[in-house]
Amino acid sequence: MDLDFNAEELAFRDQVREFLATALPAEIRDRMHRSDDSHIRDDIQNWQKILHAKGWGAPAWPVEFGGTGWSKTEQYIFETECALADAPAQLAFGVKMVAPVLMRYGSPQQQQYFLPRILAADDWWCQGYSEPGSGSDLASLKMKAERDGDEYVLNGQKVWNTLGQFADWIFCLVRTDSSGKPQRGISFLLIDMKTPGITVRPTRLLDGTFEVNEIWFDNVRVPVSNRIGEENAGWTYAKFLLGHERTNIAGIGASKRELARLKQMAAAQPKAGATMLQDPLFATRIAQVEIELRALEITNMRVIFAEAKKQAPGPEASMLKIRGTEIMQRLSELQMEVLGADALIYRDTSGEIARETSTYLNLRKLSIFGGSNEIQRNIIAQMILGL
Amino acid sequence: MDFSFSDEQQMLLDTTRRFISERYDFDYRNKVRDSETGWSREIWTALGELGLLALNIPEQDGGIGAGAVGTMLVGNAIGEGLLLEPFLSSAVIATQAIVELASAQQREQWLPALASGELIAVLAHDETATRENSLQVETRAVRDVDGWRIDGNKSVVYHAPAANLLLVSARIAENDIGLFAIPHDAAGLQLLPCVTVDEQRAAAVLLQDVHVGADARLGGDAKVALQSVLDIGLAALCAEAFGAMQKILTATIEYSRSRVQFGAPIGSFQALQHRMAEMLMHLEQARSMSYLATSQCTDPDPLARRAALSAAKALMGQAARYIGQQAVQLHGGMGMTDELNVSHYFKRLLAFELRYGNTDRHLETYRQQLHAA
Repeated sequence: MDLDFNAEELAFRDQVREFLATALPAEIRDRMHRSDDSHIRDDIQNWQKILHAKGWGAPAWPVEFGGTGWSKTEQYIFETECALADAPAQLAFGVKMVAPVLMRYGSPQQQQYFLPRILAADDWWCQGYSEPGSGSDLASLKMKAERDGDEYVLNGQKVWNTLGQFADWIFCLVRTDSSGKPQRGISFLLIDMKTPGITVRPTRLLDGTFEVNEIWFDNVRVPVSNRIGEENAGWTYAKFLLGHERTNIAGIGASKRELARLKQMAAAQPKAGATMLQDPLFATRIAQVEIELRALEITNMRVIFAEAKKQAPGPEASMLKIRGTEIMQRLSELQMEVLGADALIYRDTSGEIARETSTYLNLRKLSIFGGSNEIQRNIIAQMILGL
Repeated sequence: MDFSFSDEQQMLLDTTRRFISERYDFDYRNKVRDSETGWSREIWTALGELGLLALNIPEQDGGIGAGAVGTMLVGNAIGEGLLLEPFLSSAVIATQAIVELASAQQREQWLPALASGELIAVLAHDETATRENSLQVETRAVRDVDGWRIDGNKSVVYHAPAANLLLVSARIAENDIGLFAIPHDAAGLQLLPCVTVDEQRAAAVLLQDVHVGADARLGGDAKVALQSVLDIGLAALCAEAFGAMQKILTATIEYSRSRVQFGAPIGSFQALQHRMAEMLMHLEQARSMSYLATSQCTDPDPLARRAALSAAKALMGQAARYIGQQAVQLHGGMGMTDELNVSHYFKRLLAFELRYGNTDRHLETYRQQLHAA
């Protein structure tokens, strides 16, 4: 048993660090550090192009599709270092979500067209899964796709669509049959966002930001050739997709970065002749979350190690998601609390939104999206504990 | 990074588990508990025959030298079986103290006897003051004509009533601690036996004008060695606690599958499923921290070691409390009975929380290094 990275893993980490130190543009790093998402589309796309030029555009893809062929451990190290260096997270919808589905179930034409474009950040992808009334109960979705010759005609509405205001393409789950079990009548479509009949309306969130949208489809015509795999088999592909995008589900790098920031903030905040970091009550709360993060980091590495040995079934990711998001929420809560009553200032005279409180508000989403933490507990109870 | 165990380590775990399942089932264990001594000499000798009492004795001294990982795996099995014998006290802690501090002659005298189980030694170190600081020893040793005179009180020394040899820490100067080997029948040494909450045998040790020869003092820097010994002991205690946590969760899941209420197994109710999912997450975080404690307990840097071990003890203490309390709750009235093993694991976990510095103390220790760093 050895909890530390071995020499090769450490050498890889140093290589990634060195790359990040030189290749990540200062203005992007700075904006990410300040949680300034005013240039988020450009920042994510430019960073993706830089990664692509280095050959690191898709850490998890196999080499034959232009990926790195890295091991799970290397992917974990890469993502952790990126987060620690304040690099923008890659847009998951393309690289991590639709791409694996294309590789596994897409036609050769679909693969040849879309995969290089995802790698080079030519297309911005978004996801059309949730609908009003079908969130956790995704199979209850209603958006209709009716066959008309070589096209489907789409009518319905999607919600909670993340960053779709920038999107060139959307992958959607649609209902192509309502007669049998709800899971059996769903198809998986790739849709050009410029298709007539699509209306995107941003949803203003509690922190004042716009990161999710409602999307209406009004007689939108989509070629049948844009369907992934077979008609009515979309549930299989959707489940495959949800099983992906898990190397970084615990967000260890991001939490470590925020923990360091929290300590800096607390060390700079006076309290009773000392600082918040010296205040026993507050520092104990920091200690508590730091200890849990340390444990989660080891747990995450154990899951990666087991996966590499083909030992872990997968529901372990639910555990990482729950604890990881709880820790991120707690860190943001403590950052806000360092400010005390100053955290009340939400927009100052310049109109700039105070980071800590707004982040606290925004991060309530973590335990809701991607399968709420309650759904994850159901998965653990049923898949791991066999209840 | 490598979370696998070597074949030898895996064999150690399997052997110990097999021994416990064959010789130390729950009924037998309770007979031992209710016996006059509260532990079994027969089992103890058998553990020695299996080599488990020589795990922490280096190979050059005729031992196995299994290291922290081997000790962890055996500790897991001992926690699973709720063993009452002085494995941690004698075969881990006292043995380690002797390995680190004893002279060649003392090693030869004690180590083979410890390995066979013939000799049982315990470290009598904890006092009221060590609750706050593990090196705050008030017991005093002063030189007299041909040796030392020792006075002081040691509290709740696990397995002291079974020990032939007590290793007593005592202050020899303002800033120096010595460790003294005192036979159990020394004049002036008095034991006040008690039964601990996890039904192990212990005693308060009173030393009044105890005289020992100059050769009773173990050499070396006892302050440094004591911290190292205590840390290795703490990692082993964490391993036992993890074994107990794992067992109590398994028992709870099995029970919730078979116990029917309102026409359905209670394990089918979501409120309880979520509780058990939460228990599992505590357990897995605890496992990670037990690994951390094991891998860091021999780190030569005392500060890194301190931080890792305090983090482990604090997190595992909280896990022990959550898992233990929920297990009793989910077992309903049955969880309250002595008949079911759940209550026994619950008490062992409670003892884990209270021993070796409680959760708050270790959180506090960890907090202090936050600012120092």
